[in-house]
Formats: sequence, structure tokens, C-alpha cells
Amino acid sequence: MSTLTDELTDVESSALAELERISDRDALEEWRVTWQGRRQGRLPKLLEQLPTLPIEDRREAGQLANRVRTALENAYEERRAVLEHASVSQRLSAEAIDVTLPGRRVPAGGLHPTTQTLREIIDAFKPMGFTVVEGPEVEWDYYNFEALNIPADHPARDQWDTLWLDIEDDDGKRPLLLRTHTSPMQVRIMEAQEPPIRVLVPGRVFRHEATDASHESVFFQVEGLAIDRGITFADLKGTLYAFARRMFGPDRRVRFRCDFFPFVEPGVDMAIDCFACKGNGCRVCSQSGWLEIMGAGMVHPKILQRVGYDPDEYTGFAFGMGPERIAMLRHGIDDIRHFYANDLNFLEQF
Amino acid sequence: MRVSLKWLREYVDFDLTPEELAHRLTMAGLEVGSIERVGGDWDNVLVGHIERLGPHPNADRLKLATVNTGSEELEVICGAPNVEGGQNIVLARVGATLTNPQTGSRETLKSARIRGVVSEGMICSERELGLGDDHEGILVLPGDAVPGMPLEDYLGDVILDVEVTANRPDWLSMLGVAWEVGALTGNPVRVPSLEYAEDGDSITTKDLVDLRAPEFAPRYTSALITGATVGPAPGWMQMRLKAAGVRPISNVVDITNYVMLEIGQPLHAFDRDRIAGGKLIVRRATPDEPLETLDGRQHVLSTEDLVIADENGPVGLGGIMGGENSEVSDSTTDIILESASFGFASTRRTVQRRRIEVGGKRGTEASQRFERNLPITLPPIGLRRAAKMLVELCGGTAAKGIADDWPDRQEPAVVTLTSERMTQVMGSDPGREVSERTLRSLGFEVTATDRADGEYTIDATVPYWRTDIGIADDLIEEVARIVGYDAIPVTLLPTTGEPDLPEPLTQMKDDVRDVLVQLGHRETISYPLVPMDLLQTTIPGDAPQDPLRVWNRMSPDQEYLRTTLRGSLLRTLANNERGISRESYRLFEIGQAYLPHGPRHQPEERTYVCGVMAGMRANRSWIGGSDTASDELDFFDAKGLVETLLETLGVRARYEAADDRILAHGRSAHILPETGGRPFGTIGEVHPDTLAALDIRAPRVVLYEVDLGAALQNRREVERTWQSVSRYPGVLRELSLLVDEGAPAGAVGDIIRDFPSVVRSALVDVYQGPQVPDGKKSLAFSLVWQSPTRTLTDTEVDVAETQLLDKLQREAGATLRSQA
Ligand SMILES: [Zn+2]
Repeated sequence: MSTLTDELTDVESSALAELERISDRDALEEWRVTWQGRRQGRLPKLLEQLPTLPIEDRREAGQLANRVRTALENAYEERRAVLEHASVSQRLSAEAIDVTLPGRRVPAGGLHPTTQTLREIIDAFKPMGFTVVEGPEVEWDYYNFEALNIPADHPARDQWDTLWLDIEDDDGKRPLLLRTHTSPMQVRIMEAQEPPIRVLVPGRVFRHEATDASHESVFFQVEGLAIDRGITFADLKGTLYAFARRMFGPDRRVRFRCDFFPFVEPGVDMAIDCFACKGNGCRVCSQSGWLEIMGAGMVHPKILQRVGYDPDEYTGFAFGMGPERIAMLRHGIDDIRHFYANDLNFLEQF
Repeated sequence: MRVSLKWLREYVDFDLTPEELAHRLTMAGLEVGSIERVGGDWDNVLVGHIERLGPHPNADRLKLATVNTGSEELEVICGAPNVEGGQNIVLARVGATLTNPQTGSRETLKSARIRGVVSEGMICSERELGLGDDHEGILVLPGDAVPGMPLEDYLGDVILDVEVTANRPDWLSMLGVAWEVGALTGNPVRVPSLEYAEDGDSITTKDLVDLRAPEFAPRYTSALITGATVGPAPGWMQMRLKAAGVRPISNVVDITNYVMLEIGQPLHAFDRDRIAGGKLIVRRATPDEPLETLDGRQHVLSTEDLVIADENGPVGLGGIMGGENSEVSDSTTDIILESASFGFASTRRTVQRRRIEVGGKRGTEASQRFERNLPITLPPIGLRRAAKMLVELCGGTAAKGIADDWPDRQEPAVVTLTSERMTQVMGSDPGREVSERTLRSLGFEVTATDRADGEYTIDATVPYWRTDIGIADDLIEEVARIVGYDAIPVTLLPTTGEPDLPEPLTQMKDDVRDVLVQLGHRETISYPLVPMDLLQTTIPGDAPQDPLRVWNRMSPDQEYLRTTLRGSLLRTLANNERGISRESYRLFEIGQAYLPHGPRHQPEERTYVCGVMAGMRANRSWIGGSDTASDELDFFDAKGLVETLLETLGVRARYEAADDRILAHGRSAHILPETGGRPFGTIGEVHPDTLAALDIRAPRVVLYEVDLGAALQNRREVERTWQSVSRYPGVLRELSLLVDEGAPAGAVGDIIRDFPSVVRSALVDVYQGPQVPDGKKSLAFSLVWQSPTRTLTDTEVDVAETQLLDKLQREAGATLRSQA
């Protein structure tokens, strides 16, 4: 046996043993130069001796040399990868943080609860073809009352305590008021266009009314109006059922009872079963099991006539509701005055 | 209106529990607000008869009553002033639960020894029984009360408190409610008798009445009763009045009230001996004519007021209240009974003008009914019913006939209903039989015809007590509500395509809300009615000085329609600062400002978004937030917000320094259309004086407002078109420029932005200091040069940059800052 093969075997075992002990990148580099360095490395030095071997030994020694070289290269790469990983991991450990500390927050905004509720109401009617229209808050007596079958001195006017503007016309009358409901838009819309009509009118309304937990002098309403040939009371019921299911959940029961509004005939009051007590009676529903949420009815033929529609040809329905009441019922708000006091402690809960 | 079920059963039978009845009535349109049980808690309370009454042996003021309870005699001590032997009284036995008249609490009666004598029960007052407020004396029962009978059987009742809609004055009467119950149950209604002995002399209309103002009193009926005796009304009548919430006074007055509650027609009794000339004159008041009404108030009337007068002057305010001078008294014997039709409008106006009030409610029991437009057919019915009672209960003699002045006589209305209309309105038809039966049960006279085409026609004569039936659809409602709305089928509207898009402004408001909320701002909504001082503090100099005023404001705090939203937002900020103050506020509101437009026009309602920002840009945090003045939200935060907002909306704008009364000059800007024209918005830091006036603590508050309608006009009309992205590399350069320190940077930036081949530019530094000459400031821009068609060489960029510098020099006076 030649001494070269012995030395090769010796280099392999010594180098690998030394490599095992290396734990940092500088030592690894030193190891590489020592054993594999192109000029001074111990393995290349040995390989220089290869051509000096007798021809019959040269083949076997050459194969061994290749194997040793590959073994050292592989071992080096392996060791390098291990050390690399260890160093990243060490750096990350040093940078460890308390993940339970609060993050950097971006200020959060929010819509007013009335806006949120109005949007939900509108979204519930949209699939049924209703378009949003808005109208003036300062309204003529004519549109707010007269055109809706509520002439001057009519007892029904007591239902709408009115704030009047301090403007007199030539007859000494005050013709302008703050609209007491969104219903004047029924007439304005019908005057402006021909059937078919399917509109929703959200908007602010005003009452000359002392405020308490359930009364505000300024609040919002959503009016709905549908006019066409062949629209019936059954369609009114169906439309409001569909709304109630979308708005309040598919299991909602709905109650329609007779009520009076001068601009509809027949008139309807719609209630849903109380979701606080599932209709058994509780404080929220005044023990009745029902929550009244909407007034509605078939548009009075006189109103159709007044806007120039033929009541024998066209029929339709109208409805109106208050978003605050709906929001109060859903969120358990006990006082309507919270809505427009603009206390952030209230608003930020929505 | 309080409906006693015991009383109601006089007119109609019903086999329903109070709850069932309340539900049926409510569903049919007569809402029952509450159900009150009278006597449900009267255990051990019964009718007793005082056999003997003697003095208490040891007490002067007390008496010892021997009370017969039907089965035994009990010794009871009583101190009431009105106790007498032979009375029927209410006896509470030991164990009964009564109301303590002093404390109002419920207490159980125990046997008591008073001054050595044991009392085996108590004789009760109304108050102790929860029947009323009277505690002056004991409750004396009528003679028909049988000793030993539980009081609940005798006086127990259930009261439905019903809420009557404005169209149904008939529901303000027992008979009206009875018709409703009859229709709901199918049971017949027993109509009270109007027949009485007319034993007196004949009278004609002109003997009793001179109707001179039929425009205010279209019908006036009256009757004459002579020789009546005024005294207390019978017990049963008093009980019914009390159940209805009316205080008994005397038999004559009680009869008028009773008939009003029963039939619905208000009546008035005049003492004939106090009517000068013995004849009533129904006329307009003369100017400044005086009248003292029964409530002791002195009125000075006008010709718009209707009076009932005698030869000497007014004796009553028609349909509202009698006069003090013609009131029935204990000595009255001859009575002129009035039962008239007074116009609802004139009654209402007089009540408003004269500020008539009873117990805090507007008007009187009578006027409240007349205001609801009572049927013109009702007066003789009420009159005859009351005359009958005056004859039978007060021993009077009725004159033969009645006076009935009705110049404009009308026939009852007949309304026609067809099955076709029923189907057209309701979507279905219950059939001729159901429609006919229902209308009949409500008191309509009905002629029904089955037609050859399979349809039917119903002619319905409207009953005299209804004023709300005029067209076929009214009959449809009658049928539908009695059958029940629940029975009507449900259908869906035919589907249509997508609904139309809302008006652009409506859409824009929602877009603005979404953008601002996403950027961390909170929506508020405030009253549009504001006090004058708030407007004065917050209107910009050029806003109208005469805001619209509410004539009948609720409070001075809600007197004027706002002409700007600024005050609303600033006040909201101030209010929120009062609690636990926050580090920052980002509030906005979208709403109208109301600008007067003369008496013949509606005001202009201009839609604004207005917002305020105050406090620290970032909240304090362990990571380190802001805590120096330079970290306060300032003008540029608001401007950046508005820029982002307008860009998102597609609105092009430029900004100019503004001079605005409530904003800090030098730190406020107008928002203008890019092409020039009137400003449509403002951004600025609020003037310290304004902050002080509103008690705002934050030292720096930025406000912005945008007229959304005007912004809409400046929306980019063209669709956004896609520009191809250059495939060639861009060249990044920086330019440091010197300009006068007062020169607006915006103009410089605009020139660079719009220069050919500049695809991006940004102002990255503004600097004044040692390396910059006095009176100058340095503006550093970073910009990218790029061509869509080829790679730009350095030389090409140099040339372009020189051209840009030339333009900047010419148009903005900017020079290249020499490299130090
Ligand atoms: Zn409930």
C-alpha cells in the first residue's frame, strides 16, 4: 500500500473530525483554507503527489482522492448550511418581541347609526326595484297637508304637530313649514313622472313636540311609494313581508292591522313579533308581543286624481317608517335623544 | 276614551274575554291601549246595609254601625261625616286588601280595637277601593245593591282604554264601539230608545231658536223640559260616568254627559229662566263682545267666534263651553236643551284663539268631538235621548216636538261598491255574501245585486253616525278590516330590472360618507335648528345674515334654520370635550344649510359636508405617538383629507388663500374649481377667538366644508381612459428651487406636474434657513422623466430640464438653487 492512500484516509477522518467541532463561520472558513485551500490546503498538497505514483497504484489512489474531496466538499456545505441557519435563528431570537403588546392602530371612523339603519332599509327594498329619491325639508303646507287629504283645520292635523316658518304670504298665512313627514314627496314624485313608480324617500322630518325618551322633535323617516296598473293590497302585504324578512330575519312574524292615515285607504299599521321576547310579551313591546314599525296603505284615490292619474286605471301603495325606532329596537337603545346628541361614547358603539 | 265593558253589554252581547275583545278591536282599527280591571282585587269586600248607627261609647267623633252582611250583623266603627243609618255601603272584612288613602300603598286589613271597642271591618271610601280620589266620606251605594253581594259582582268592571283615530268620532261613544263589537262578533246591536212622553205644549223651531250663523252652526236642535227637579243623578248613572272618567255633578248635567258618552253628541242645558226672552240666538259675536265661561275665564270675542246668546248678550261659546250666566243650578226647573252641529274648522279655530283648556288638554270634551267633524244627523238623536232621560229621571215635562233648525238639509249618502273594484284594490274578493253581511253588521243599509257577468254591486246607505265613508274604497276597508287583514293573501310585485340609479347628489353623499369613514372619521348628525348666537359665531362673513326663523319654536336653542354646518360641528366638538377628553377628534356631518329665498319660494337647501379635526395625529402609545405641537392635526391634515376625498369623487380643484371671519387668516384656503370660478369649499384652522367663544379647549382645530352640489358641477365629465404604461425606463431627478417666501408653492408644483414628459412629481422639502437667502424659500421636488416611445438619454433629460427651469423662472419666479 502506498503511503498516499493512507494519508488520504487520514486527511479525511481528521478533517471531518475537526469540522464537527466548528461552530462559527470564521472557523469554518479557516477549516476550508486549511484542508481545501487551492495552494496550501492539505488535500490539494496530497493530490500533487498523484502523478508521482506508479501507474498501477495511480488509478486506485485517484478514485480515493476524488471520494475524499467530494466528502469534504459535501461536509463543508452541510456544515455551512447548519451554521447559517443557526445564525439567522440566533438573530431572530435576539429580536423577539412581546406579541401581546398593542399594535399600531389606524383611527377608525364610523357611520351614524341612523345612516347605517337607513342603508339597511334601502338595501332591503332595492331588490324589489325601489329607487332612492330625496326632497326638500322646508315644505309648502300644500304638499305636507292639503295634497295629502289633510286640509286646514282638519282634525287629522293633530297627528302632526307642526313647526311653521316665520314667513307670511299676502293673505297673512304662513305657507312654509318644516315637513312633518316624508309623505309630501309622494305627491311631488307623482306630479313629476308617470307610472310605474317605485321609490324610497329617506329624509329628515320635524315635529313641534316636547322631547322625551321616545319622542324627538327632529328625526328621520323612510317613505315608500309604488304605483302602477294592477298593484293591490296583497302586493303591499307581500312587499312588507319581504322587507321584514330581509331586515329582521327569515323567522319574523308580521301583523297587519287597520289604522288611519288620511292619504291611504285602506290604512295599515304593520308590526313584527317582538324579537326581545319572541312574541310572549315583555317591556320592549309593552307586553303586547308586537312591535309596531310602519304605517302603510293603498294610496287614496283622491290623491291619484289630484296629481292627474286616473284612479280607475292606477292603484298603488305607500308606507313609512322611522329608522331610529328600528335601530332602538334592534340595539336595545332606551332613549331616542341619544341619536342626535352626538355623544361619541354613544356613536362609537355602532 | 274609557269603555266600560259592563256598560257596553247594555248594547251588544259578546262572549269574548277582555283580552280577546281588545285584540279584535285593535286589529280592526280601534286600538286598545290598556285593559283595567276594576274590583279584581276586592277579596273580602262586599255590600253591607247599616241597620243601626249609634255613638261610639268612648269617642265623640266616631260612630258604631251595625252592618248587615246578609248572613250576619257586624259591629263596625266609622268616622266618616256622611255615614247614616239605612245606607247601603261597602264593607271590607278583616283580610281585605285596601289602598291606604294617606300613602297610596296596598295594605291588608286587620281587626282593630279603637278606644276599647273592636271593629269587625271597615266601611270604605272610593279611594280605599281604588275607584277614585274621593276620601271625604264613605262610598254610598244605590238601593239596588243587595247586602252580602261581593262588591266585585256589583261594581266590578273591565275598562278598555281605546285610542280613537281622527276619522272615527263615533268611536268616542259607547254605541259606536258597540256597533264595532257587533260587526266583529256577528251579534245584533240594541239601540237605545228615543221615545218619551211629550206631555207639554207644542213648540216649533222659531219658539226656541234663532239660527243666524248657519256657516258656523249648520244645524241646531233644541227641546224644552219644564218642571224638572235638579238633584243627584241615580247611582247607576253616576257609576257609569265615573267608569268613563267623568265626575258626576247633578242629574241634568250628568244626563248631558251620559248621552254624550252613549251616543257621541255633546249637549248643553240652559236654565230657561236665565235666558232673557226665553229664546236662544245663535250668532257670531260682535267685535270685542265679552263673555265669562263656566271655567271663570273672561273672554273678549271677535266676529270669528260663535256665541249662543239671549237678548242681553252671549250665554255660551257655541260647541265649546257654556257661560257662567246661564248655568243650570239647584233651583232650575225649566231647561232648554241644546243639541247642535258646530263646524269643525270654526270650533277648532276658536279653541286655538281663545286658548281653551281643560285639565291641560286643549279644548273641552265637547269641542274635541266637534273638531272631529260630528255627523250632522246626530243632534236630534242625542237631543231625544237626553230629553227622555230628563223626563224619566228628573220628573220634567217635555214639550211636544223639538226645534230643528237645519237650513241646508242633506240626504244620507249612498256609496256603491263593485266586486271588480274590490279585486282591483285588494287583489281578491271575499264574495257578495261576506261583503253584504259585514256592511249590514256595521249599520249600513245595503242593496246587493248579483250581476249577469258574475260580478256584484252593493249600494250602501251610510249610517247616520259615520262621517268617514264617501267612496267605494272606504267600503272596501270596512269589509277588509272586519274580515281581518290577516285573511288577505300575499303576493309579490312583479320583478322589474335593476332600479334606476339615485340622483347624483344622493349618490355622492353616500360616497363622501364611505371615503371619510374609511379614512377614520366619525359621522355625526345634529339638529338643523340652532340658536342665533351659534350662527353669529360661525357664519362666514359672506353668508346671509337673516336665517329662516321658526315661528313657533320649541326653545330658543332651536329657533333658526342653520345657514352653515360649522356651528353644529364645533358645538359637537365642544360638547365631547367636556367628558373625558380624547386625544384626537375627526368628526363630520353631511346635511343641509337653508338659505332664504323670499316669501314666495322655498328656501334653497344646500348640501354640505363639514368636518372638524383636532388633537394629535397619532394617539399616545407605548410605541411612541405624538406629543409635540408639530404632531397636532393641522391645516395640511384637513387639506390632505379633502384632496383625497375630491380625487376619489373625481372632483378637480385648486386652492387659494382665504380670508374667512371665523378662520385663522394665513391658515385657511378656499377650494375652487380647477378652471376658476366661485369657491365651493373652505379649509382652515379655526380662529382662536371662535374657539374661545364656543368654549373649545383644543388649541388647534381644523375645519373643512364642501358644497357637494357645487362639487358635483366640477366632477370630471369624461370617463377615465386607460393610458398605456411606458415600457421604457424613467429617469429620476431632483430639483431644488428658490422662490420668494410668500409665493404659493402650488403654482410651482402645477407647472412641474403639467410639463411634458414629467410623469410623476412630488414636493419633498420646503426649507428656509442659513443656506437660503433672506426673503426666499427653497422647494425641493422629486420628479420622473419618461417617454412612452423610447429610452431618454441624459442629454435629452438635461435639455428638457433646462426648458422646465425657463418656464418656472418666467411663470413663477423660481430659480435653481445653487449647490452649496
Ligand atoms: Zn317583547
